[in-house]
Amino acid sequence: MGILKLVIRRLAFGVVTLFVVSLAVFILSQALPSDPARAVLGREATEENVAAFREKFGLDQSAVRQYTDWLGGLVSGDPGLSYSNGVPIMDFLGDRLKNSLFLMFAGSLISIPLSLAIGAYAALRRDKLFDNANSVSSLILAAMPEFVVGALLTVLLATNVWQIFPATVRVRPGEQPWSDIDGLVLPLLTLTLAVTPYVSRVVRASMIEVLESDYVEMARLKGLSERTVLWRHALPNAIGPTFQVIALNIAYMAGGVIVVEALFNYPGIGLALRDAVREVNLPVVQFLAMFISLIYVVSNLLADVGTILVTPRLRTRLS
Amino acid sequence: MTATTPTSTDPGSTPPVAAAPPGVLRTAWRMWRVRIGLLLLLLLAAVALGGPFVAPYGEAEFVGTPNTRDVEGTRFGTDYFGQDVLSRFLFGGRSILVLATLSTAMALVLGVTIGLVAAYNRGRLDDLLMRTMDVSLAFPQLLLALVALTTIGPKPWLIVLIVGFTTTPRIARITRGAAVPVVERDFVGAAEALGESRPRILWSELLPNVSGPLLVEANLRLTYSIGIIASLGFLGFSTRVNAADWGLMVNENRAALSVQPWGTVLPAIAIALLTIGTGLIADGLSRASAGIDRAKGDQ
Repeated sequence: MGILKLVIRRLAFGVVTLFVVSLAVFILSQALPSDPARAVLGREATEENVAAFREKFGLDQSAVRQYTDWLGGLVSGDPGLSYSNGVPIMDFLGDRLKNSLFLMFAGSLISIPLSLAIGAYAALRRDKLFDNANSVSSLILAAMPEFVVGALLTVLLATNVWQIFPATVRVRPGEQPWSDIDGLVLPLLTLTLAVTPYVSRVVRASMIEVLESDYVEMARLKGLSERTVLWRHALPNAIGPTFQVIALNIAYMAGGVIVVEALFNYPGIGLALRDAVREVNLPVVQFLAMFISLIYVVSNLLADVGTILVTPRLRTRLS
Repeated sequence: MTATTPTSTDPGSTPPVAAAPPGVLRTAWRMWRVRIGLLLLLLLAAVALGGPFVAPYGEAEFVGTPNTRDVEGTRFGTDYFGQDVLSRFLFGGRSILVLATLSTAMALVLGVTIGLVAAYNRGRLDDLLMRTMDVSLAFPQLLLALVALTTIGPKPWLIVLIVGFTTTPRIARITRGAAVPVVERDFVGAAEALGESRPRILWSELLPNVSGPLLVEANLRLTYSIGIIASLGFLGFSTRVNAADWGLMVNENRAALSVQPWGTVLPAIAIALLTIGTGLIADGLSRASAGIDRAKGDQ
């Protein structure tokens, strides 16, 4: 009973968050000092052109009407037309969405187990050589912006020092992203190096907390073997934080792909977002902002619900 | 996080929950990572702020054939546009450093105020403020900056505002978390009994006792602000047309990486060293203010 209530409350918070995000995105894109039609069509556009543009994209409606139309379209899977070519957004962004989801999925597949393993091992070997080396290197990697890590990797592995991997991804329209495996190495490596240090630090901290807890202490005092203590007493309690870590990882990826795609010319939503911002293509910017926020909010939501369901301590405390 | 926090409330003798800044700074100064970090930060700040005064050429001055390594009169050759790489490099750090510092400062003022008010008032106001902060955390910082730039364009004030606003909730949460246990302590009650005004209690009773964690957070946020502003430059949204900007330089010159690496390598390394410097300082401070020579993770 208590759990169900908590899950419902968490779901409601997720929905409210998305609603507020949609308001923020819409209001921010109303802040244009001039008419969007003028901004897109240029100075020499005639009055008729501007009027036609405004009518086509619904800009002649009131702001409230525009917002509700847009929100309704988003919910029903029709985010509207692109300013630049008048084509429905989903028609030309569909492949981009798939490519980016693939990049994030492949990146998570590598970095989640890696950060769990590194974090847990560092916690077990606390203050030993591995922990210290990992602490320094993850500190350095976590501080640098993704594009700097990627640019230095390109210098190191693709151009100047060694030429092992291509510096850009070549995926033509209509091709699947995994058709250029060589080209995927550097983007994935960059994403992994950007995400893993931060996440593995969180894993290490929560693992240390579990290892120092009363119940692990108790299990040790009972004379159980270290292996039993680890597998039967420590790990089950570390599963909850693990969900948080996975969510954190995915959320981080959702932001990181923007820059990584631009760096390696990967045809995904990050590159599309950059171009749309340059062209003042508001519907595309709004849609992509909502899409990335949706990934962010949903992954956090699933993690919180997952944590509530698997953590024995939380369950008892709540009821 | 664990039960090691001192719970005795004896105002005079015991140190506050987190050690006060002089102690933290002294402990931190003894760590090699803090010294290296400070050295890197000072070095890069000197390059970024003093660079324009010693640059051999102008910021956007044509000096020779584009993308050439050995051009007479240049140390690192020319960039994609035939400009002197060294001069562009010397000009390119200032806006990043200044904008990042301003936005972190703005976020500190706002975040600390919100965090302290929430911690001191508790109840409804606390819930409302913290829920609002939670909602604004559901948005990657870079994404919000891009949405805002779409309509208004990459103006310096806009970048400061957006990065500042998106950093605020992170600082507010840390401040609130650190201030809640302080509010419970006797000296706050004593100040209330003496009839001190509310702002005075917040600024002279609470603030000094949360400055340890705040110092850490400020450095961490400065690191990320530098990263975001440099990333915006890299994506092509620097504040002036053809202005020298470390992030933008990486983007402009990477196509010619194999023939003329300096245009990419110099700014990339500068950003790396700058963020590593502030990151090292933040880490050292967090170890010092945790009272143990051991990181507790970023949370």
